[in-house]
Amino acid sequence: MFAPKSLFEKVWDAHSVRTLANGQTQLLVGTHLIHEVTSPQAFGMVRDLGLKVVMPHRTFATVDHIVPTDQVVEPYRDTLAQTMMEELRKNCAEFGITFFDRATGKQGIVHIVGPEQGITQPGTTIACGDSHTSTHGAFGAIAFGIGTTQIRDVLATQTMALGKLKVRRINVTGRLRAGVYAKDVILHIIRVLGVNGGTGFAYEYGGEVFDRFTMEERMTVCNMSIEGGARAGYVNPDETTFAYLKGRPYAPKGSAWEGAVARWQGFASDAGCRYDDVVNFNGTDIAPTVTWGINPGQAIAIDETIPDPAKTVIIDEKSSIEEALAYMKLSPGAPIKGTKIDVAFIGSCTNGRLSDFQEVAKFIRGRKVAAGVKAIAVPGSQIVGLQCEHLGLDKILTEAGFEWRAAGCSMCLAMNPDKLIGDQLCASSSNRNFKGRQGSPTGRTLLMSPLMVAAAAVTGSVADAREVFAVSAD
Amino acid sequence: MALAKITSITGRGVYVPGNDIDTDRIIPARFMKCVTFDGLGEFLFFDVRKNADGSDKTHPLNDARFKAASILFSGANFGCGSSREHAPQAIQKYGFRAVIAENFAEIFFGNCTTLGIPCATAAREDIARIAAAIQADPAVEIVIDVDLQVIRFGGETIRAAVRATDRDALINGRWDAIGELLDGMPAMQATAAKLPYFLP
Repeated sequence: MFAPKSLFEKVWDAHSVRTLANGQTQLLVGTHLIHEVTSPQAFGMVRDLGLKVVMPHRTFATVDHIVPTDQVVEPYRDTLAQTMMEELRKNCAEFGITFFDRATGKQGIVHIVGPEQGITQPGTTIACGDSHTSTHGAFGAIAFGIGTTQIRDVLATQTMALGKLKVRRINVTGRLRAGVYAKDVILHIIRVLGVNGGTGFAYEYGGEVFDRFTMEERMTVCNMSIEGGARAGYVNPDETTFAYLKGRPYAPKGSAWEGAVARWQGFASDAGCRYDDVVNFNGTDIAPTVTWGINPGQAIAIDETIPDPAKTVIIDEKSSIEEALAYMKLSPGAPIKGTKIDVAFIGSCTNGRLSDFQEVAKFIRGRKVAAGVKAIAVPGSQIVGLQCEHLGLDKILTEAGFEWRAAGCSMCLAMNPDKLIGDQLCASSSNRNFKGRQGSPTGRTLLMSPLMVAAAAVTGSVADAREVFAVSAD
Repeated sequence: MALAKITSITGRGVYVPGNDIDTDRIIPARFMKCVTFDGLGEFLFFDVRKNADGSDKTHPLNDARFKAASILFSGANFGCGSSREHAPQAIQKYGFRAVIAENFAEIFFGNCTTLGIPCATAAREDIARIAAAIQADPAVEIVIDVDLQVIRFGGETIRAAVRATDRDALINGRWDAIGELLDGMPAMQATAAKLPYFLP
C-alpha cells in the first residue's frame, strides 16, 4: 500500500546506511563541502588515524571566511589567514579534492558556490562544517551543518552518525506586499517560532509564497533555518529548481538530464504525507522586519517600537530584553525607525547573490550614501561579482557611495579585515546579530533585507525602504 | 579504538547565567584563525571575560572561587549559532568535562558528545538550586550520573536528562563514532551504488 512520505523521509531513507549501536543512523553524505576554517583539524585527524579520504570526488572546497575582500593578491597581510589558505590548498592537493580557489574564478562563500556550480541538487544529502549549510535545502536537499570531528567522519567514511529529525511544515500563503522580501519572511518566522523553536526539526517551507519564490529567495530563507534552531530547512523541488540547475557545470547533462529531473521530482513530499507539526503564516501579514536585539528572533516590523521590558510579565523575556537593550544601547518603547547607523553591509551567504544586488541597484541609482556612513557591498562569489559588473551594478553601487569588494564572507563574521570598530551600529544583510559577531566586542548589528540596508545607508538611519525608495507593487 | 566509558563526572561547578549563549560568545570568531584546536581554552568566553586592555571583566570564570570548576551550568538554548567545534573544544580545553543547561542547540550538543563531553538538561529551578549551592560553597562536590540521569550535590538529587542516543554512546564508550562508521564501509558502498549521483 502506498504510504505518502515527506521529502525528508525519502532522502533520509535513500541515504540510510544502517542503524548504529546507540540508535542513531549512519547516514550517507552525498555532497561534502569544506572551507578553510573548520576543515584543517579534520584533515589532521584523518592523518593521525592513518585514514584516507574515501570519496574525494564527492567533496568540494572553497575559501570564504578568512579571505580579505580588499586584497586579492597573496600573501595576505594577515599571516594566520595566509596559513589557513595554504593549509586548505595543501589538503585538497594531497587528497585529490576539487578546490575552487581564487585562481579558478569560481571561489566564493561555500553556500553560494555549491548552487552556482550545480553541485547542490535535489534528493541529496549535503554536509558542511558550517551551520548555514541549511541554505542548500532550497533545492530539496537535506543539508546539515556539522562540527569538525564529523568532517573527519565524512572525509574518512562519507557518512556520519545522526539522529532522525522531525519535520515541521511551514506554509506561507497569499502574497508578499511590495517591498517585503525573503529575508523578511525568515526573520518573521524566527520571530514567531523562536530561536530555539526548531530544535529537533527540519523545516519544510511551502505555500504560494514559496511556490513563486526564485531559487535565490528560497536560499535566503533556508539559510537562516538554523537561526530558528532547525538544523535543516528545505523547499520541495519544482520547475523553478530544475530551470535554475539546467546547464550548470555539475548538473547532469544530455540524456542524463531528463532522468535526473524525474528522480528529483520523485523526492518531493507526497500529498497527504504526515508532518510532525504544521504552522501557517499569511504572506500579507509580513512587513519589512529589522532586529533590535542580540539574537535573530529579537525582531520587529519597521513601524513597530523597540520592546519595553517593563511591559512583559514573562521573567525570561524581561531579562533577555534588558540584556539586549543594554548591549544595543537602544531605548525601550522607541521606534526602531530613525536609529542612526554607522555602517551598512550588503553581502553574506544569506543575501550576497545577484538578485540582492540587482534589487538594491534598481532603487539606489542616483542616490547617495549619507555622510558618515561606511557602506560596503560584497558579492558572495567571484561569479556573482562578475555578473554584477557585467550588468554595471558595481558602478551604480560605487556611484552611490558603496565600496565594491572581492567575494567572501566579509563583515558577516569578521574573521577577515572587515570588522566593526567600537560600538558601531551596522545595518546588515547578514544572518547573525550576536554580541560581537561583526568583529568588535561591543559592535552592534541590525539584521534586515538588502534593500532595507540600502535605505538605512542613504538616510543614515534605519528607515522603511518602501518610503525611501517609493517601492510600489509592480 | 577503545574509548572511555563516561558514566559519571565528579567535580566542582560554576554557573554562567543567561539564555541563548551562542558559540560566537563561547569562542569569538577571530580565535578560529588556527589550524589546530590547541590553546583555545584560554579564549573561552573571551569577550565577556576580558576588557579591550586585557584586564578582567566581572565574569564567573574570572572569579577565583570557581577556578577549579569542571562542570559548567547555564540557561536555555546554550550553544546556539555557528557549528564551530571550536566552542566545545574551548570548553574542554579550559577544563570542563560536562555542561548542564535547560536545553541545548543541536549542533553544539552533537559536537560535545563526539568529544566525550556529556550535555545534560535540567529544570531551571534545579539549575538555580545548584547555582545557589555553588555560590554558598564553591567546593561543593557535584556528581553527574550520566547513566542514571541524575545530579547529586550537597545531599540533594535532581533529574538531569541526557538524550538516549548520546547517553548510550557515552556510557558504552562509543561517543566517537569513527570506529563504527568505518565498520559500515561495505554497507556505505552498497547504499551509494544505488544513487546515480554518486557515479564519478
